[in-house]
Amino acid sequence: MLTEEENKEILEEVKHYPYPAVACIDALKIVQHHRGWVSDESIKDIARILMMSNEEVDGVATFYSRIYRKPVGRNIILLCDSVSCMIMGYESIYDYLTKKLGIRFGETTSDGRFTLLPISCLGDCDHAPAMMINDDHFNNLTVKKVDELLGNYR
Amino acid sequence: MERPLTKHIIPGSSPLSLKEYIKAGGYGSTHKAMKEMTPAEVTNLVKASNLLGRGGAGFPTGVKWSLVPMDDTNPKPKYLVCNADEMEPGTFKDRYLLEGNPHQLIAGMIISAYAIQAQKAYIFLRWAYKKAEAELRRAIGEAYEAGYLGNNILGSGFDLDIYVHSSAGRYICGEETALLNSLEGKRAVPRTKPPFPSASGLFGRPTVVNNVETLSWISHIVENGAGWFRGLSLTGTGGTKLYGVSGRVKKPGIWELPLGITMRELLEEHAGGMEDGLRFRGVLPGGVSTDFLTEKHLDVKLDFSTVAAVGSRMGTGTVIILDDKTCPVAFIHNIERFFALESCGWCTPCREGLPWVEKMLASIEEGTGKIEYLDILKFQSKYMGPGNTFCAHAPGAAEPLQSGLNYFYDDFVRHIDDKKCPWR
Repeated sequence: MLTEEENKEILEEVKHYPYPAVACIDALKIVQHHRGWVSDESIKDIARILMMSNEEVDGVATFYSRIYRKPVGRNIILLCDSVSCMIMGYESIYDYLTKKLGIRFGETTSDGRFTLLPISCLGDCDHAPAMMINDDHFNNLTVKKVDELLGNYR
Repeated sequence: MERPLTKHIIPGSSPLSLKEYIKAGGYGSTHKAMKEMTPAEVTNLVKASNLLGRGGAGFPTGVKWSLVPMDDTNPKPKYLVCNADEMEPGTFKDRYLLEGNPHQLIAGMIISAYAIQAQKAYIFLRWAYKKAEAELRRAIGEAYEAGYLGNNILGSGFDLDIYVHSSAGRYICGEETALLNSLEGKRAVPRTKPPFPSASGLFGRPTVVNNVETLSWISHIVENGAGWFRGLSLTGTGGTKLYGVSGRVKKPGIWELPLGITMRELLEEHAGGMEDGLRFRGVLPGGVSTDFLTEKHLDVKLDFSTVAAVGSRMGTGTVIILDDKTCPVAFIHNIERFFALESCGWCTPCREGLPWVEKMLASIEEGTGKIEYLDILKFQSKYMGPGNTFCAHAPGAAEPLQSGLNYFYDDFVRHIDDKKCPWR
């Protein structure tokens, strides 16, 4: 069941559009904002509000990289693995993170603190390697810098 | 040297507020366009300036606008969409403009929307660009308060609303018709063309999609004229260009320079040359969907037609350098993996071809590749080329592959013969 607040926020988005299904991505983002990810149950709830089939909503949800269909950790590390960051050595940052956190790309630490995911180019290629933690952006990464950063995310 | 697009951008500090931008001469051209010019005059001016689209394809902006139906019998609304979904690996120019001077973009969008008489405008923004989103929302709020957006702008009778749409993350959203599907809340698969968006775009209405850098030019062209704009370039094409360099150079960065400077000047004078001890081997001139150029091309002028003449594309103007300590197979494998992951899955050559290419390249890089893979890769790079696919995604992926096989063939063979990557 969607909360009253989620329902209200979704209906507010629907108002801006010619028909409800246009708000599909907005609705997925709203649910994810409140719950961290989008469950099968939420897919059905969104489908009902927007007068879409469950499959249509899931088709949209699974298309976009930043909609999570599995539970994620409290903090999400997005490490750029595109070519400019490869040249500048993102792999050493990745090796460090896998060792330090004990997880690889696509995995979450057992205490639920971090999920590690790859991301395509963050538009910071002249300060590579780059990554994001949640909404925060970091560049000119070194192992030392990453080590210090992780402490800020609980 | 004039740097109209970036003169007010100071990296690391906040962009100009509306008040500061107006004091610096900004929005003057918005008044000029709405009070002294008809929509057709604005379009004709942009046509005369020969502003070529800065998103990568280089299509003439004024021509794109002139395809929009302008008769009053057409039902409303029409749409203007700013493509700010910058995600091509190695490309970091739109982010610089969005974070550095959002009012320049908004002023340009108001004039552009006026020219095509669009009542609604969207900025389709890359999800990851959080700072850009905050700056844009702030600037749009200021513009509404000052009467540059909303109803009856500057007493002209023209109405315009601008919305920021933060995407949910996929490279294919940068393809203009996939972008429109995404704005409609759907999977971002490209649409059949024709009809082109100018006839049937967002919600089936006439729509123009322009890149951030393109729209950022419009107020300057209205203010200074088409002749001034054409005079800015070294080649007569028109304008300056944001050029960026990434890779192992001494000073990676981004610079606004006259369109038509040479690759050598960009690399040596601006990027400071290669890092000590490294040798230049090749360069992708405009993001990962462009063909490699090598040492013999360093004196090529970086303009749309001149780069095309030597078998590559100007693309986004942000170049990626391959040095001799980076394995070219790993470099190309990284790129093809990106394209394979980002394929929308709609058409077969792209959906099936790219993962196959990626697997073969991975195998070669790991030392288990076979010599016959090289012929299959060559065949695939043609099979995924223009004319065989639904959009430009796979043909873009084929460009660094085919040219990489051509220029670095011996390195591929060495991986296969030695059964390992010589760089590891």
